[in-house]
Amino acid sequence: MSSILVPDPVVRVQNLGKVYGPFDAATIDRTGSKIGTARDSTSGSIVAAWDVSFDVQPGEALGIVGESGSGKSTVLRCIAGDVSPTTGDIRLANVEDGKVNILDYDAAQRRRLRIDQLSVVYQDPAEGLALGITAGGNIADPLTAAGWRNYSAIRTRAMELLQRTDVPIDRMDDLVRTFSGGMRQRVQIARALANNPGVILLDEPTTGLDASVASGVLDLIRSLLEELNIAAIVVSHDFRVIEMLTERCLVMHHGRIVENTLTDQLLEDPQHPYSQKLIAAART
Amino acid sequence: MTTLVSQFIAQEELTQTVLDEESKREIRRALLHAVCIPGYQVPFGSREMPVARGWGSGGLQITLAVIGENDTVKVIDQGDDEGVNAVNLRRLVTSSTGCEETTEVCEATVIQSRHRIPEDVLTDEHILVLQVPVPEPLRGIERDMRELSRMHAESDYSRMWVSLYEDKVRNGVITQTTGYPCLVNERYVIATTPIPRWDIPRLHNAEFLTLFGAGREKRVYAIPPHTIVEPLTFEDIPFEIEQNEGTQCRLCGSNTSFLVQSPSQEDNWACSDTAWCRARRTQ
Repeated sequence: MSSILVPDPVVRVQNLGKVYGPFDAATIDRTGSKIGTARDSTSGSIVAAWDVSFDVQPGEALGIVGESGSGKSTVLRCIAGDVSPTTGDIRLANVEDGKVNILDYDAAQRRRLRIDQLSVVYQDPAEGLALGITAGGNIADPLTAAGWRNYSAIRTRAMELLQRTDVPIDRMDDLVRTFSGGMRQRVQIARALANNPGVILLDEPTTGLDASVASGVLDLIRSLLEELNIAAIVVSHDFRVIEMLTERCLVMHHGRIVENTLTDQLLEDPQHPYSQKLIAAART
Repeated sequence: MTTLVSQFIAQEELTQTVLDEESKREIRRALLHAVCIPGYQVPFGSREMPVARGWGSGGLQITLAVIGENDTVKVIDQGDDEGVNAVNLRRLVTSSTGCEETTEVCEATVIQSRHRIPEDVLTDEHILVLQVPVPEPLRGIERDMRELSRMHAESDYSRMWVSLYEDKVRNGVITQTTGYPCLVNERYVIATTPIPRWDIPRLHNAEFLTLFGAGREKRVYAIPPHTIVEPLTFEDIPFEIEQNEGTQCRLCGSNTSFLVQSPSQEDNWACSDTAWCRARRTQ
């Protein structure tokens, strides 16, 4: 698979599908972008994502855009392990050299990947953080899970990460509950980076933050991605986020990928009618 | 009338049996399970006891299940053989099983205790039964039972470590005193409730079998002899036992035993293990 020009992908997703409810081949045929719905009117089943395949190269940030309900978050959550997909094959270069489909792992093995291979930054910090414990404690969690047992080493590492994510160090021992939305998001990013994961998944990382705070968080994410050479998958409905963070981009519509192209190209010259509509709407 | 009286007497004899044989067998099965998987909390069908749940009903059921006529029982409450609860439990055990009672560790084969391990060295002749109010070490961290059993199943104790971290951050020390969490046999974290930190090193590689019973929570667990018991602590924060510099027992003068302070007077320390203290004084 490897060649001189193209390195092995860090993440390889093939034929990922998630259907809620009973389904057969006809269900799949009766849904999708062309049909204009993700819900099969005959069985009532919902095809949240189907036939989703893509690669993420080392150091690359891949965007997934689409309207609400297009399946982009479903795809991300299937990779993260929060949702178990109906079908598919996901390989990570750092996990047994990409020789295993991580969907074959049991729940415990999947959770272990989340410690140091696969980090997620959620839109809602309450999902990724324990609000009732301190910022430092939230970072101590993945560190102790990875076997850190030295208190001062944990403190030092937490301090490093908070500094890197522009959280004032004197707030390190304050409960996350007392933090503003933007700061919570920074703590969530610090936590996600704790064990130097190979892949980071960002689910609408700046949605819900006001514009100035959002652009600060975006700047931070961009510089981190550049500096750490980490592979990222960014899900957003906001083209500014996609434009700023990603080089390549998937457009999803009713559970299917309708376009897989370079981000610049998508913004300048969208091919699929749905992408065109989406870009046009974002421009107005 | 005579028949009625004899019936009454027969009934009276029947009620002498606090726990029926089938129930005892069920508890012994649970205990075998617990001994085979050190530190794992085994559910058991906690029976209604003539003591209220939360007053040692779990320990009592274990004692009744493992004890026989040839055994000798010692019961202590906070190290004291003469505590009201200890006396009542001891009477209940001896009257319903016909075993002997003692206050001496060397004579006892089964020692039921709340809050202490006796100061005397226990040997492989002893079974220590501890009454446990809250068997779940993660209770303060997670409420969902399914999540708790998942955490135990996967040895996922990072949140326990985070709680120790938070304790240290907020208070400068790890404040938890009784019920200090320990890793048993390098696998399960247990609550050593209700014994003080002082007694924890004595569980490590012990000669004796320790059985924990929580009647209200319907769980038993065990530390078999020669099992590794490590209190959870960070590498750079040594585990410390309770120590009060310069204190000694006002009765026997000991400064090497676990001392408790009388609430009325400051500086009024005494051995928590009264039988041990008495023996020292009569020597």
